[in-house]
Amino acid sequence: MPYIPHTDADRAEMLALIGVDSIDDLFREIPPNLLLKPGELNIPSALDESRLFAHLRELSLKNISVNDVTCFLGAGIYDRFIPATVGAVISRGEYLTSYTPYQPEASQGYLQTIYEFQTMIAELYGMEVANASMYDASTAMAEAAIMAIGIVKRDRVAVSSAVHPHYREVLQTYAWALGLEVVTIDAHDGKTLDFSLVQDCACVIVQSPNFFGTIESLSLARQAATDHGALLVVVSDPISNALLKPPGAYGADIVVGEGQPMGIAMGFGGPLLGLFACKKEYVRQIPGRIVGKTTELHGDREGYVMTLRTREQDIRREKATSNICTNQALMALAATVYMTALGKNGLQQIATSSVRNAQYAIQALQSSGGKLRFRDNVFCEFVLDLPADAGTVRDELLKMGILAGLPLGDYYPGLSQCLLVAVTEMRTRDEIDRYAAALKKVLANLNSKPYAEARN
Amino acid sequence: MPQPESIFAKSRPGRVGTNVPTCDTPQVDLVSTLGDLRENLRLPEVSELDLLRHFTNLSHITYGIETGFYPLGSCTMKYNPKINEKTAALPGFAGLHPMQPASTAPGAFELLRSVQEMLCEITGFSEVTLQPLAGAHGEMTCLMLIKAFHASHGEADQRTVVLVPDSAHGTNPASAARCGYSVKSIPTDEGGNTDLTALAGALDGEAGKSVAGLMLTNPSTLGLFEPNIERICEMVHAAGGQVFCDGANMNAMVGTTRPGDHGFDCMHLNLHKTFSTPHGGGGPGCGAIGLKAHLEPFLPTPVIRRSQNGSVWLDSDRPNSIGRVSAFYGQFLMEVRAYTYLRAYGKEKIADISRHAVLNANYVMARLKDVLPAAHNRPCMHECVLTAERYKREFGVKALDISKRLIDYGFHPPTNYFPLIVPEAIMIEPTETEAKETLDAFCDAIILICEEATFQPELLHDAPSTQIVGRLDETKAVKELNVTDLHL
Repeated sequence: MPYIPHTDADRAEMLALIGVDSIDDLFREIPPNLLLKPGELNIPSALDESRLFAHLRELSLKNISVNDVTCFLGAGIYDRFIPATVGAVISRGEYLTSYTPYQPEASQGYLQTIYEFQTMIAELYGMEVANASMYDASTAMAEAAIMAIGIVKRDRVAVSSAVHPHYREVLQTYAWALGLEVVTIDAHDGKTLDFSLVQDCACVIVQSPNFFGTIESLSLARQAATDHGALLVVVSDPISNALLKPPGAYGADIVVGEGQPMGIAMGFGGPLLGLFACKKEYVRQIPGRIVGKTTELHGDREGYVMTLRTREQDIRREKATSNICTNQALMALAATVYMTALGKNGLQQIATSSVRNAQYAIQALQSSGGKLRFRDNVFCEFVLDLPADAGTVRDELLKMGILAGLPLGDYYPGLSQCLLVAVTEMRTRDEIDRYAAALKKVLANLNSKPYAEARN
Repeated sequence: MPQPESIFAKSRPGRVGTNVPTCDTPQVDLVSTLGDLRENLRLPEVSELDLLRHFTNLSHITYGIETGFYPLGSCTMKYNPKINEKTAALPGFAGLHPMQPASTAPGAFELLRSVQEMLCEITGFSEVTLQPLAGAHGEMTCLMLIKAFHASHGEADQRTVVLVPDSAHGTNPASAARCGYSVKSIPTDEGGNTDLTALAGALDGEAGKSVAGLMLTNPSTLGLFEPNIERICEMVHAAGGQVFCDGANMNAMVGTTRPGDHGFDCMHLNLHKTFSTPHGGGGPGCGAIGLKAHLEPFLPTPVIRRSQNGSVWLDSDRPNSIGRVSAFYGQFLMEVRAYTYLRAYGKEKIADISRHAVLNANYVMARLKDVLPAAHNRPCMHECVLTAERYKREFGVKALDISKRLIDYGFHPPTNYFPLIVPEAIMIEPTETEAKETLDAFCDAIILICEEATFQPELLHDAPSTQIVGRLDETKAVKELNVTDLHL
């Protein structure tokens, strides 16, 4: 086995120095009835590197990926441009194979990239501080709710129904375990407008652009939170922040988001990157790691360390601000390289392209029989109302090489004829035209056959 | 080497670091389309080559496994095979959208289910879920299952205490707190095992009725196998509690012994430790959990199953589920890596992992016994916990000083001051992927450093002196908090 370097001579010398006859002797404290016999485990046999790769490749080819179809599916995970430099940097062994930088002198490089990541995320969201990352947006949002509960000292949180349904499910799970109450605010016409339920809540959570792609009124949400003595937590797609007035400028207390669109493969939803930013006054309640700049103990050179460590589980144990230990450092590095590569101009350019493509797609798909369901401003994603079951339309379009979007019926029973469509900078006019033509054809076919009945 | 500049200092207005996709759809008026726009966006503007030099030079002052030996105890810093990176990058895995129709990703579900099945076999549990995203997340998910189990018997309000040994990882009590539990600490006895008398006391009578479960690390964080493990599980079960195994130390057991057979009800695994997915500087991790049949109804969603006929399917009829703990299917590309790793070993060689991990740790312990004695005079498992108490007492040299001096000798330091119950603890986990020469060079360096501690302790107090910076002022970092670039 190439991963284990020991020769027979090595083993013999090592056992002699230890003073035992065999490796088995080293396991003598394990009760004999608990020891496995050699080869007893029923797992598949070993494969050499060449056959192993062929096997994995074969498995991968059973899947339909965005390389095989044209992707208009978003819903929190987006098919976006990834510069070649991202992969080149994050595959460097020093970054890929290091541990959490507990020994700062030997990890200054990685620590500096995390500090730069925090700076860029804070800037993007218009916030004062950001942490070194969370697992994904869903868990970041749940952590934000728990942080708000700690600050405001109320045991209830309010969340808009226009927040990603999976994120709300995760919030519900976390809340159940802690005995907290989650109140859901129903969105009207795809937008969160009625905040009366925020009363007695520690925070109100809105997403902007929300799950339907609609840009929420954050000034309204801010006012409502203030009126009810609650914190404002905003979930926000980082790419939209290249153009939109950021949540921080509206006075958000905590901003979280999914960092995947910034240089990270969709990867069937993992690994992702949870973003977490807040006002400086709350920095001591922030979950997870945070890197700070300091100087030498006995010198004046500047350097970086993990800081505010007394919030963390390995020191504070059950009184820690969170149980998080491992985060998504490598994905944060990917996002840092991405933001550096695109820079101000590149990021605004791809955001603008997404807006243009989405507006073009809205026109094209409406002239093919779809109808825009909600009227408010959208960033790059929108809800298309169809004269047929959205799941059926999605399946038919997939046969024509188009991943058309997300049918919303499973999440919002009233929207079973609605498709959530995302259009990023990756799509071309030609691809959008082909989607529109295919949709027209599919709808015409469905109208000529009693498809809906056949499905039932 | 000069101090590296910040990426913001290298920025010049107008530069761009990549060739951005062009757009061929009509222009739109952004204000009327979007509403309020932001005023400015202060991100770096650098060329592609400047970008690469920045991150390459920073990588040169970052220590990884591929740089050298990384004996960080409790972290299992083993070699991360390159084939795993190659398979995880396959377009048919990396290019999957988590919300595409399940029917379009049969290869992905086959892989996920196969990882679950191999982990079931290796751990001795009847079911595994890959939903938790890191070790601590897995611990928390296990406690949620335990909570749901007690709730199903109407005992959720009564069982509010989780027992945690004093040697446990900090994530254990923190995860318990995240599930609304209060924590009661169980002492370790002089031999390094769980104090059975104290445990019996905590489980006795009325106190026992308040116990939801015990979180036990086996092998313990002292690197010792708990010989009374079956008895301990029986005691907790008799009091109506559940037993969780912290699987951080699974590397000692792969192919040799199975926690499911020990009596545990559930456990978490760190695929980024035991199954070689790279640590990435602190993540992504991967916190699979194993559980027994009585906890299956409460599994987090989505649940991936295999039918009798071999086909893999998504079980969405889960009325008693705790719900989702993460947004999609867990750290999928990490599962691809773990799968690749498991298939490279296969049933023939899988036990070589634990056998050589344990051999290496005992070798280091034996070579260092005269300078740094083990906290307990017993065979260790995959890691050994040594104490530098004598050097602190006699020469004012702390475990941390020895560790920092190791950096000057080209090694990453071991874990210090953990477990908390060993004074001046130095916890060394070599892993199975290190050669005898590497272990010898490391032990030689420690022996030399212990001599330096005797004759020139200042060398250790001032260490490291070979890095881009010396020891940093962590108090100042807290007092003069600077966590974003102030030049902005």
